[in-house]
Parts: sequence; structure tokens; C-alpha cells
Amino acid sequence: MTLTRATVRTPKKLSSPSFFHQPIHPHSAISANDFSVAEVRRILESADALEKDNPIKRANRLAKRRVALLFYESSTRTRTSFELAAKALGADTTLVSSLSSSIEKGESLKDTGITLKALGAECIILRSPYSGAPYLLARATGLPILNAGDGMAEHPSQALLDLRTILQFLAIRSSTVNEKSLRGVTLTICGDILHSRVARSNALLLPRLGAKVILCGPPEFLPDLAAEMTPGLVIERDFDSALRQSQIVMMLRIQAERLAGVQIDLDDYRTRYQANAERIAARAPQALIMHPGPIIRGMEITAEVADGPHSAIANQVYNGVPIRMALVARALSTVAKKRGPK
Amino acid sequence: MSPTQKPLLIRGGRLVDPATGLDAPRDLLLRDGKIAAIENPGKIKAPDAEIINAKEMIVAPGLIDIHVHLREPGQGYKETIATGTAAAAAGGFTTVCAMPNTIPANETPEVTRWMQAPERGATARVFPIAAATRGSMGEALTDYPALKDAGAVAVTDDGKPILGDEIMLEALQAAAKLRLPVIQHAEDTRLTGGCSMNAGVLAFRLGLRGMPVEAESGLVERDIALLKQVKNGHLHVAHLSTARALDAVRRARRSGLHVTCEVTPHHFALTEERIGLYDTNAKMNPPLRAESDRTAMIEGILDGTVDAIATDHAPHAAHEKEQEFDRAPNGITGLETALGLAIAVLHVKHKMPLDKILALMTTRPADALGLRSRGGLAPGFPADVVVFDPAEKWVFHSAESRSKSKNTPFDGWELQGRVQLTVSEGRIVFHRR
Ligand SMILES: [Zn+2]
Repeated sequence: MTLTRATVRTPKKLSSPSFFHQPIHPHSAISANDFSVAEVRRILESADALEKDNPIKRANRLAKRRVALLFYESSTRTRTSFELAAKALGADTTLVSSLSSSIEKGESLKDTGITLKALGAECIILRSPYSGAPYLLARATGLPILNAGDGMAEHPSQALLDLRTILQFLAIRSSTVNEKSLRGVTLTICGDILHSRVARSNALLLPRLGAKVILCGPPEFLPDLAAEMTPGLVIERDFDSALRQSQIVMMLRIQAERLAGVQIDLDDYRTRYQANAERIAARAPQALIMHPGPIIRGMEITAEVADGPHSAIANQVYNGVPIRMALVARALSTVAKKRGPK
Repeated sequence: MSPTQKPLLIRGGRLVDPATGLDAPRDLLLRDGKIAAIENPGKIKAPDAEIINAKEMIVAPGLIDIHVHLREPGQGYKETIATGTAAAAAGGFTTVCAMPNTIPANETPEVTRWMQAPERGATARVFPIAAATRGSMGEALTDYPALKDAGAVAVTDDGKPILGDEIMLEALQAAAKLRLPVIQHAEDTRLTGGCSMNAGVLAFRLGLRGMPVEAESGLVERDIALLKQVKNGHLHVAHLSTARALDAVRRARRSGLHVTCEVTPHHFALTEERIGLYDTNAKMNPPLRAESDRTAMIEGILDGTVDAIATDHAPHAAHEKEQEFDRAPNGITGLETALGLAIAVLHVKHKMPLDKILALMTTRPADALGLRSRGGLAPGFPADVVVFDPAEKWVFHSAESRSKSKNTPFDGWELQGRVQLTVSEGRIVFHRR
């Protein structure tokens, strides 16, 4: 027997690449980083166009196309908004929710995805309590996946609708959006940033358009290293100081369901971080007040501020439908645009 | 060993035996399951032997992996002792130490013996490691004398660290009387609830909860403090992953304590960046860490603080890994990539001599767990031999793995150093064709 060195290396071609090498459909929207600035502009323009579109004509755009909504967490705002968006384009929608019995007991996300695809779904809108779940679904099905919130990770459609709200406030036209559009604009995100997918998606998106984003909150909700996530972020522990610098303030609720043992003195929290009328009037009387909801009145924000003249909360909800129309239309568009390197 | 096994004469190779420091051209005769002779090239006359030409190859003691999960009894869908040791043989390992987190757990002499029975079809020597506490609950010790009698070489609650000071002290004392090491998976689980990766910016960015470095180093420091109170106590720290914990081991050793430790190939080859977009084949416990920790592992290997390269081979079925990151089980396979990674990273990139690398995979782990007459090539030792080409570059394909499971982050990696032949107790258990 002779042992010899293999002189020619012949890596065998494998029948199928391993699961984690399966491609993600380029029309997915999983992270705010999925979109180049040019693509953000196109989505905003598409949202404008679809919003103005004749409703009858609009309802033919995706007539009889099939969109599945797969929701493992309860959600009123996001689910309704996506559903109305898909229906406004004429798509057939089906809701599979963990609250109804339609998610088989113990069935994996992968198998549920494969089942939905076999039933004809061409796009799946997913909300999951698990960070990264949309990538799993995208790999398993090959379908475009729209992320309606995954764990603590991301909520990209929320970041886009927040951007639309901000641009409206600043009277910036969608067609002009570029890397400098938000130069000179300072926005504070305040609250439970650690557990917030909305905060992450906004913090990833807005600095790329030139905004300065201040993250504000106590260390329990905002570790120092959060600012290292992407360029353009700064941490400010003093809410009053953050307010003085900001044209826009985005308040976040405390996510009791994700606290996992974090202890916090709520009275102290209110004293330091609540957006109340007195504080806003003194520090940022002209600032736009945003909140992705759900609001816990009297905790992170008071009724006067949430319902006040500078509140954009209703505008945010309104903007959800056009933005999500644009995302659903993009997901189901047949023109495959190559996703460029980020 | 089957009695009909022909003697084997391995000729023309470069024989490297870290136990004796020998590194020279030698021929090696294996007969009746033992090493029969080591002589200068051409000197051995054995007309009845099958000749193996090992030109350009390294001939070394069969490799020893002191940390594997063979999943039997109880989880044969992930791995069996037969498939796990087949993967071991393909990776050049002839000795593996099997962790006790089986179903039922290896906490009784019956299970310990069952794992070593010939019916298991092992193609490598399996030394069981027994549970340190009943049900690995950290409350009451198992029967160490009986488990040692049945063949256990160490005790551990791997995966469920022993947190209580008193019970850990008891374990160290009871094991010391029998000269058994207590192996600790050093993780203060009070700090890692719900965590699935290393703490840091990346965990924050991915929205995953991170295990702080202190969860590992804190428990290592605690264990070292307890060890000081135990006469002849021996603590072995499993799969070290942080610079801080490694420093603690280094200091304890300088102060004369009997502390040994192991590092896995993935902790010296990869960082947390390998997780990418939630790839669960990069999820294990301890998690992949930062680059500074990875380089600290390499320093610890180079300066001798690390006693063993151990794989923590942890097979899982595809359906278990193809889940949401938080839900997927911890662990990766490692037996077939360990040598190729060690040579590619430690030898090629960090210029570590091959005999030093082999020492970490043979004689030093044998010493650490007191595996007598394993890990060397002296006449009379079991005929455990690996023959490998140290220069061959090759691409690892998980689909071709002998393990039942394919959960590896190294699929498609180019490695260096390829096993050609593995002989376990005189029997050819792997031959690359
Ligand atoms: Zn372990």
C-alpha cells in the first residue's frame, strides 16, 4: 500500500449548497442596510406614486398575486398596515398567526414557509420574536421576505415610514433624497434602545442620509457600545441635553416582554427620560415628536405631548401604508434588480 | 482488535513522537495491536507484515481528543459511537473522551461500561467522562470510585457548569482522592440567561443577547480559588475562549496549582464575525469571541499555557440547526477538521513547529487526563498511529463527513495537512483512497 499526496485537488461539486449558503431574494426587506440610498429614494418615490394612484388602477397592479402574512407576535398597527397595503394593490392576502390555530403546533418556521410557498405565496411578510428569523425564512423558501419586525433586531419598514414622516416635516422631496438630505438634522432616539428593533433600523438608516442620531437612555437600556454599531451615532445620557440639540425626538416604550431580568426604577426613569409638556416646552419646543407605538401614556410620554401640536404619531401610522405598498410592489416586481455591494 | 489483523510495517515516513522528542526518518512495526519496533529506515525485517509506504508523510501517535459528544446513548439521530469514532478516525484520532450529557446521562457505571462495550462498534478508543453530579444538577456527587472502576477518566457536568461553591469543592476533593480531574465548562449561567453569542457590538447589532467574558473568567477564578483548598486537586478547564480566563489559568499554574486547560480549533480559527447573518453553524457554547480573544488563544497555545487542542465535537441534526438563532442548539462538529485547522492556522500562519502542535493533540492531553500509555509511540504502547501529509492542502466538504451530522462552520474551507491512514490498536480504521 502506498500513501500518496493528491497531486490534483478536485473539490467535488456538491448537489446543493448548504442551508446557510442559500441566497436571500434580492427584493427582500430584512434590514435597513439592505437598501442603498438610491434604493431608499426609489422606494420613497414609489410610495408617493402609489399613494396618488387611482385606486381602481392601483388595485390591478398586483391583482391576484398572493401575499402571506406570518405573524408570531401580536401586532395591530404593522399587520393592518401591511395588509391594507397589499390589498390596495389588489393582492390576495392570507394571515397566518400564532394567535389563531393556523400555525401547526411545533412546526418549524422553515416548514411553515415551505408550506406557504406550496400554497402559492409569492412573498411572505414575517413578524417573529426571534432576531434573524427572516433570513431563515428567506433561505428556506427563496421568496422575497418583508420583515415586519424580528426580535430585537430590525423593523425596516418602520424606519422607512419614519423617514417619510421626517422628510415631510422638513419639506424635503422624495426625488431629491441623497446622502446629504439630512445634513444638519439632529434626531434623538430615547428609551429602551437595547430591546428595540425600531431603534436599530432607524439608527442604521438615518445616518446614511446625513443625520446625526443621538441615542439617549440609561445604561440598562443603552450600553455604551451601541454607538459603535454604525458611524453617525452618539450617546447622550442626559435627555435634556439631547433635547436641546434635536429637531426631531423619537420616543420608545419600555419593552416589558423583553426585559429578561433588567431591573429599573420606573419613577426615576420617568423623572429622567419622560417626554412631558414641561420638558419639551423648555428644551425643544419646536421639535417633531415621534413614537413608533404602542404608546404607554404616562410612562415614556405624556398625553399632552403624544396628542400635542408637534406630535407626528398619527402621520407615522398614516405613512405606513404607502411605504408598505412600495415594499410589497418591489417584492413582487419581476424586474430583478441586483443588490449592489454595501 | 481482530486476531487476523496482519502486522503493519510503516516505512519511509518522518516519525514524530512528541512524547520522546523524536523527529526523524524511522520505520514502525505494529504487531498484535501494539507497537513492536521503531528502527532506522530499512532496518526492520518483517516478511509477514503488510508494507505501508509513508514517503513524504508524517507518522505520529494517533491523535487524542479529550472533549467530544458522541450522543450515545439516547440521541442516535445526531451521532452514534460508531459514526462519531468513524469521524474521529478520518480526522486522525484514535482516542476520544466522551462527555456525559447523553440520555440517560453517563452518571452510572452501567452507562460508562455500555459506552465502552465492543457492540458499540467504535473505531477509536473511547474513554468516558462521567457526570460530576447526579443528573448534572449540581446538587449531589455521583459515585466517583464506581465510575472510575467502570472506566471513567474524569468527571464533569459539561454544559451545566457546577455553580455552587460547596458542591464544586466537594467534587474537587472527591476526585482528588482518586486522582481524577474535574472538568469544568466555565460559564456562570447566572450571567448568560437567554444569551446565544458573545457580548459586544455585534450582538447588539444583531439583536441577540451576549454572554459576557466575565461569565467565563469569573467561574475559572472561582474554581481556582477553590482548588487552593484541595490537596492534590486537579481542575481541567474545558474549551477556554477568553483572554481573561486564560490569564487566570496562566497565573494559577505559575503559583503551582494543578490546572490544565484546552482550546478548540474554532476558538483559535474563528471570531464572532463568522455568525454573519445568523448562521447557526457558528453558534456554540462558549461562543465565538472577539479577535483579541482569538489571538490570546493562539498566544496561550504558543507559550504552553494551553495543554490540549480539543474539538468539543457536538453533532446536531440539520433540522435542529435550521432554526431561529436563539432556538438552535449550541455546538459544531470538529473531529475531521481539527488537524487541518491546527496546521493551517498554528503552523502555517503562526510558525508553530509541527511537533509542538502534535504534542497538543497527543501526549499533553493524555497527560492532562491521565490516559496511560496513550499518545506516544514507545514499543509496547497500543498501536495507535496516524499518518498524514503535512503539506497537502485540501478543501473540507461537510457533505463528505463521516459524522452523522454536518453542522460545521468550516464547510468549503481550505485546510492544510491531510490524514492518509489511521491505525487504532493495530487495526486500519481509516485509509484515504
Ligand atoms: Zn462545554
